[in-house]
Amino acid sequence: MHLLAQATAELLPLPQIDWRAIAPELALAAAGVVLLMVVAFWPKAGRGVLAGLTLAGLAVAAGLTAWNWDLSRVAFEGAVSLDGITRYSRMVLLAVGALATLMVTQGDSREGEPDDTPPEVFPLLLFALLGMVLLAAASDLLVVFIALEILSLSLYVMAGSSRRQAAQEAAMKYFLLGAFSSAFLLYGIALCYGATGTTNLLGIARASADPTGDGTLLLAGIGLLAVGFCFKVSAVPFHMWTPDVYQGTPTPVAAFMAAATKVAGFAVFLRVFAGALGGLVVSWRPVIAAVAVLTMLVGAALAVVQTDLKRMLAYSSISHAGYLLVGVAAAATVPAGVSASMFYLLAYAFMVMGAFMVVQYVSRLGPPDDDAIRERSSLDDYRGLARRHPWAAGLLAVFMLALTGIPPLSGFWAKYYVFLAGIEAGLTWLVVVAVVSSVISAFFYLRVLVVAYLQEPVGDAEAAPGRTPVLGLALGLASLLTVAIGLAPEALVSAARTAERILG
Amino acid sequence: MLLTATLFAPLVGALLVAFVPADRAQPARWVALAASLATLGLGVVLAARFETGEAGFQLGMAADWVPAFGVSYRVGVDGVSLPLVLLTTVLTPLAIAGSWRMTDRPRSYLGLLLVLETAMLGVFVSLDLFLFYVFWEAVLVPAYFLIGSFGGQRRVYAAVKFFVYTLLGGLLMLVGIIALFWLHQKATGVPTFDYDTLRDFDKAPATQRWLFAAFFAAFAIKTPLWPLHTWLPDAYTEAPTTTTVLLAGVMSKLGVYGFLRFALPLFPDAAHWFQPALLTLAVVGILYCALVATVQRDFKTLVAYSSVSHLGFIVLGIFAFNVQGLQGGVFYMVAHGLVIGGLFFVIGMLEERRGTRRIDEFGGLQQAVPRMAAVMLVITLGSVALPGLIGFVGEFLTLLGAFLENRAAAVLAALGVILGAVYLLWAYQRMWHGPLEREENRALPDLTGREWAILGPLVAAIIVLGLFPRPVLDRVEPSAQRVVEQTQASSP
Repeated sequence: MHLLAQATAELLPLPQIDWRAIAPELALAAAGVVLLMVVAFWPKAGRGVLAGLTLAGLAVAAGLTAWNWDLSRVAFEGAVSLDGITRYSRMVLLAVGALATLMVTQGDSREGEPDDTPPEVFPLLLFALLGMVLLAAASDLLVVFIALEILSLSLYVMAGSSRRQAAQEAAMKYFLLGAFSSAFLLYGIALCYGATGTTNLLGIARASADPTGDGTLLLAGIGLLAVGFCFKVSAVPFHMWTPDVYQGTPTPVAAFMAAATKVAGFAVFLRVFAGALGGLVVSWRPVIAAVAVLTMLVGAALAVVQTDLKRMLAYSSISHAGYLLVGVAAAATVPAGVSASMFYLLAYAFMVMGAFMVVQYVSRLGPPDDDAIRERSSLDDYRGLARRHPWAAGLLAVFMLALTGIPPLSGFWAKYYVFLAGIEAGLTWLVVVAVVSSVISAFFYLRVLVVAYLQEPVGDAEAAPGRTPVLGLALGLASLLTVAIGLAPEALVSAARTAERILG
Repeated sequence: MLLTATLFAPLVGALLVAFVPADRAQPARWVALAASLATLGLGVVLAARFETGEAGFQLGMAADWVPAFGVSYRVGVDGVSLPLVLLTTVLTPLAIAGSWRMTDRPRSYLGLLLVLETAMLGVFVSLDLFLFYVFWEAVLVPAYFLIGSFGGQRRVYAAVKFFVYTLLGGLLMLVGIIALFWLHQKATGVPTFDYDTLRDFDKAPATQRWLFAAFFAAFAIKTPLWPLHTWLPDAYTEAPTTTTVLLAGVMSKLGVYGFLRFALPLFPDAAHWFQPALLTLAVVGILYCALVATVQRDFKTLVAYSSVSHLGFIVLGIFAFNVQGLQGGVFYMVAHGLVIGGLFFVIGMLEERRGTRRIDEFGGLQQAVPRMAAVMLVITLGSVALPGLIGFVGEFLTLLGAFLENRAAAVLAALGVILGAVYLLWAYQRMWHGPLEREENRALPDLTGREWAILGPLVAAIIVLGLFPRPVLDRVEPSAQRVVEQTQASSP
């Protein structure tokens, strides 16, 4: 027995437990478990209680993130690293989580309808966030895989957590394709391990610099890793699930997926490709650049023909993934690529959540609907919104113009920063493609405003959406951030700059 | 500080208008008018403090905005931008007064006009390339809503076309601005968008050509230069008339101002390289749009085409690269702003009375509304550049400048002057002279007090500045001279 333990210890050196490094993750996990218990043993607990507990958990995690702010180290024998990417993503993810909690609390349902989402969404949200926060910090491919599975499994269930049939279908699609991509990723990890003898990113970085290693095997592994990541951030041609899932799931879940999954996905994308595989940039940059071109153009072009706002936002999120890939492509040789991508994620997360919040507000307009099969985000529902709900229309305008990249809103600086990084990296042609895609995207963002502002309302005045104080708060926060980051981006850009040194 | 106050006064006014209760239209009108008049007052003080004979930037202000990107808030005026600032501050209160009787959501409309004023002023006074770009794009948003929300039948089409065209040009310019910033940073290690610094920094001629092309995309679409003008007749025709006054009077100057302030001094070698192409486009635009204007039935569309045609003269003057041409170009910008503003105001008044703008619906109006006819005659003659009126000075100087540089271009452009007289005077004849045939035209009321208050200052300026252009020209000349020096090609 003693011998066995000794042998194991020699084979698998047990890492030093660094509680402080993963304190925010622990807080999220604890809060998730507590909420799961509350939901299981106190079925009558109101949404307010659950939301309060969730927000408390997020607040504790945020406090621990702040406590760890100046920490910069690699923990658990290189499995988790605390650096700029980690802390910036943690901050954004927790903020996104708080906004999503508010959206879930208000819910998709109209006055007089039962709640669309079950209370289990709250613990699932926390578990998904746990996976995302861990993903952003993971510096070992196995931790990457585990984190990705934690967040994916939670999201599969969240995506299907609705009475509507479309949601079930979307969740099934997401699950099947997601399982595929996990397999790709795992195979990629295996090949990388085969080529370098380690799953640790620092080790892979060292091995990839060694010219005697097996280059082909490693490249195959990198390719499969890229497929896995591209699926998570919905880059073309691995984007097929996105529109169906965003359209089918409850709006708060769609908003959370659009914002948070991108943040976590791109954090790990940057860490693996710009960090560990930075030495092989010549090999992977053309591929990433090609995917970026496809993603920007296909996303923008398909968004133009959509008639459902949630679907359109899904395609728009695809084209935004394309701009972010420009940042990733630049990041290996130009540090500004990393900070530009991080800043982009921050700006994008709040504007896209804001857009979904307006969708949620509008989908609540109208009398209760028994079968609730009808999609409630058709562009027709937005006709003449400005006359009936001027505030909702005004906020919609802010978010649409920010997504278009009109100054001085946050989306503009984000786009600018990515363009700047692209030009610095010598990828001017890619930036010109991004410009073309931006112009195409102006068509569909404007179309929403055309419908809301320039068309007359149809039918009788619809019923008011009921009192929506929580959603109002969330909308206020998202629009405030979108405008404030636009007017004074300095502090957050400087913070993003600290993410430029990737610790491995 | 004074300039900053002038720049943001309309924006503050727009915020105040937003706080007027939604059902109270009258207070909103007065607040908007007061804000625009306050801006005009600040503009006049600005002009009074302006040091005549000084070529450089004056009355400026600089502060950090986003130091992480090297972006700063830096503004100032010189002899080239001051007249345009004044033109903007003069036309906006008139446009607000012109919208007095509008009943469809007057609060939003007037607020948007004020936001548009701040954005356009910002383009004229920015001395940081990034700030300039921000204001450049910011113009789009109020203009889009003004056209799309308040315009005529095909307003949505016109608004989207306008937005997408201009956005494309603007983004290409952004790529150019970033590239210029980055080249400078690579060469000197200093991240800055400061206009003076980037201008004095040496750029290889081949690089200049690319950068010039990027800036050209934005300016040529905004001006617009033939053949990129197709958004303009739609936008001008569909926009509500008082918006068209600001679009034609001020916004059309943004593009030519951009050439003059940025494209030429920043990339002098490229400007020389592109000169023949630009002169050709300008001349083709002058002649083509004059011919198209001749056959229009809608008077508003006719004036829209005449505007494109006349802007060709300004481009011609600027690309002559001599003092006469540049000075004439700036003067012509002011003249064009006042004259085209007046023309669109009169169209708006006629449309308000008769509900149509078709030339053949009118005829013999002189007998029904003699005062209006007289005012219209002065404005029309100002537009066809009758000596003694404002249009002549600008047209003469730009043609003189072009003649010194390129005779063929000047001669062909002079044909455009004749065509301009043809279509405008012919339209005047058909609408205002002849027998008063239509019954509904007989009882038209003549100018009201409010309408006199709008057209009176314009007519006065058209006559006074036509007879005494020196006060303006004296202020423009040193700065124009400076631009000419900056545009000297480094390698002949």
